[in-house]
Amino acid sequence: MNPCSGAQAHETAAMAARHSYGKLVAFLAARSGNVAAAEDALSEAFAAALEDWPVKGCPANPEAWLLTVARRRLIDTTRRRKFEASPEDYELAEQTVADADVHTEIPDSRLGLMFACAHPAIDTAIRAPLMLQAVLGLDAARIASAFLMSPAAMGQRLVRAKTKIRQAGIPLRIPQREELPERLETVLDAIYAAFSEGWLDAAGTDIARRDLAEEAIYLCRLVSEMLPDEPEALGLLALMLYAEARRKARRSPEGAYIPLAEQHVSLWDCERIAEAEAALLKASGMGVIARYQLEAAIQSAHVARRRQGIDNWPAVVKLYDALLVLTGSPVAAINRAAALAEIEGPAAALEALNTVSNDPRVLEYQPYWAARADLLARTGAHSEARDAYEIAIGLERDDSVRHVLEKRRAALA
Amino acid sequence: MQYLLTLYADESGWTTMTPEQQQQGAAAYNAYTQALQNAGVLKGSNRLRPSGTATTLRTTSGKVQVLDGPFIDSKEQLGGYYLIDVPDLDAALSWAGKCPGVGHGIVEVRAIWSMDPATQKYTGEQSLAAAR
Repeated sequence: MNPCSGAQAHETAAMAARHSYGKLVAFLAARSGNVAAAEDALSEAFAAALEDWPVKGCPANPEAWLLTVARRRLIDTTRRRKFEASPEDYELAEQTVADADVHTEIPDSRLGLMFACAHPAIDTAIRAPLMLQAVLGLDAARIASAFLMSPAAMGQRLVRAKTKIRQAGIPLRIPQREELPERLETVLDAIYAAFSEGWLDAAGTDIARRDLAEEAIYLCRLVSEMLPDEPEALGLLALMLYAEARRKARRSPEGAYIPLAEQHVSLWDCERIAEAEAALLKASGMGVIARYQLEAAIQSAHVARRRQGIDNWPAVVKLYDALLVLTGSPVAAINRAAALAEIEGPAAALEALNTVSNDPRVLEYQPYWAARADLLARTGAHSEARDAYEIAIGLERDDSVRHVLEKRRAALA
Repeated sequence: MQYLLTLYADESGWTTMTPEQQQQGAAAYNAYTQALQNAGVLKGSNRLRPSGTATTLRTTSGKVQVLDGPFIDSKEQLGGYYLIDVPDLDAALSWAGKCPGVGHGIVEVRAIWSMDPATQKYTGEQSLAAAR
């Protein structure tokens, strides 16, 4: 070992954290299901690394160093709490050590940890935050700010979820074949929820939220690498890459919102689009179409239209038809109506939109009112359009989007 | 790990059934119990008399009060339980999903708080890690 500077030690620790955090948590908690204890032991190991490495040098295998220290801490803690912890817990800690000695290479069971975090028995709203913490090591304060929650409340809910994993006996493993499709859906949904939180901050002013989109892409890559035969994992990856590719084009330099139809195609990230296309193509070869692949295909169509000037609205409507059949989601119905307007005109689109106007979920959904207002304006019903814009403006929390809606409303005579 | 599956259902459902339907219902439960037994996971199981036969005790201003009726006043009442021993929650949920009770009521799955076999005392719980 060569002595390394404090800065170097920090960098090595940060890199090990990114690459190994989830692997080490998954390994340390695999048998006991005690994610919180594994995290605590690991964070002590990272603290020890930052003291030790600048003095004694960075280890050749930082991951193994961290595991050795963390498992020692885990045993110490279990011994200290001997009278509190069950005898099984104690045995498990010893076994974990034995396992670590057998494997020179630490097995990567991050996916099992992800399946536990997104288990149907875990509250839907906490699955994405839990995954971000347990697999990537994001701290509760940062997750809380991204999910617009107080750090105390987020911390409490994370602790509660980890307690449930341990006490209810939720296994940290990949589910069996017959359960896999359903269970994978909850994992992908949680990843997409994390991405969506990051995506809402389009201007990228809030680092915690902007990074969340990147972290979600990282998690999805992990899933698609470990389950290479699952087309929906690739579908979601493609969907997020398409969206992320357009991030720079979504806002003017002044921070104003720019809708897809007016974005500068030159600002799109070609590399990400190419990667998205490749993922989607690979997924489509597997012969099972589902929600994320359809949504990615719609993004692909938008990209092709804007880049090559292909009029592909009929194809977009067809994709929304399929999505609607599959999900019954009013959001798909709203987007379908907007696409239909490009082929059959605003009156036909309004008629299509009316099919969801009785759904209580859309009444508080800004895009429904914005789409309605836009279609009404195009049919010349200006007074009704103004009313619909009014509701849309009241429902929008992003200032720059609200500004665009206000401008459109003002443009109506 | 041991899990208790508690079965809740609307009791009026049973009384309005025809004798044939009741027989079919009982047969479904018998088959389920048999399947648990064959798999070697069954630790215990019982059906309870209707909630109208329940008696509740509680302490009010230092005195134990005995009251007629069940604790929870709800349409769905506890009607029976299965105690099973399986490796993890996934296995417990899989068995719970096959229970006929899911078809006409609610099945709650809870892990048993295990006892230390040496001392026969309930094991304590590690204090919750401080919110990070």
